[in-house]
Amino acid sequence: MRQMAVTEHARMLKDINTISFTLVELTLYLDTHPHDKQAMEYFNHYARIEKQMKQEFSSKYYPLNASLSTDQKEWTWATAPMPWEGGC
Amino acid sequence: MWNYEKRLQFPVNIKEPNAKLAQVIISQYGGPDGEMGASMRYLSQRYATPYREVAGLLTDIGTEELAHLEMVAAIVHQLTRNLSMEEIQAGGLAPYYTDHTVGIWPQAAGGVPFNANQFQSKGDIITDLFEDMAAEQKARTTYDNLLRLIKDPDVCEPIKFLRQREIVHFQRFGEALRITQERLNSKNFYAINPGFDMTDNCNK
Repeated sequence: MRQMAVTEHARMLKDINTISFTLVELTLYLDTHPHDKQAMEYFNHYARIEKQMKQEFSSKYYPLNASLSTDQKEWTWATAPMPWEGGC
Repeated sequence: MWNYEKRLQFPVNIKEPNAKLAQVIISQYGGPDGEMGASMRYLSQRYATPYREVAGLLTDIGTEELAHLEMVAAIVHQLTRNLSMEEIQAGGLAPYYTDHTVGIWPQAAGGVPFNANQFQSKGDIITDLFEDMAAEQKARTTYDNLLRLIKDPDVCEPIKFLRQREIVHFQRFGEALRITQERLNSKNFYAINPGFDMTDNCNK
């Protein structure tokens, strides 16, 4: 059961890393090509998906950013694992 | 301002500690072509460019370098986690351990501390962009040198990712230089600082 939960957590984080990397690449490209409409379409498309994925991850596990917190009992922004701990 | 995201840009999950590797990889934390210098270089240079696209690019690459700094720190941290005293001594980590235990501190592979002289912010965007392109190549060479020393795939993968980013940044800085040069008067291609000298001579 715990193993399954860890796997789902890792899968979601991997998907967020992938889509977020796409956005980093598009951002740098658009910085030097600010009139490329097709690149902006890609950016807007993936930015919407990334936002949804981060919200889903944050409500299921812990906030990736403090502004995504919906915590009421425990402030998991502070108590969740730090990214350099590895194993996820 | 900045926002922190609680994830690494690329995952770091190292199972086997290795004191020797940690001591060479730390150079990309605080060494002459490391991520700390890279981030401080680009974020400091932003103010001297009259071109917003270029300032935007320096901001975004300078920000990404902070994420790379965190990845390098995570690699060194995981490589030095749970080392026995025997492993610290056999791996040659005793001098570093004496001053920092296994905390993360910015230094080069040879033990030289991080120093702001490792980068420039010249107040002239043409000068700065040439430095930035060279800096990306120097960092790429350093990652290539590291990859020849690393056998553990858990360490190779994030280092390979960081190496590839140097190439993309080089490409984007090349475009930023092109954007800058296109706005200069062809008679004064290199003769003026577009952020400081006679602005009549460049099509701002």
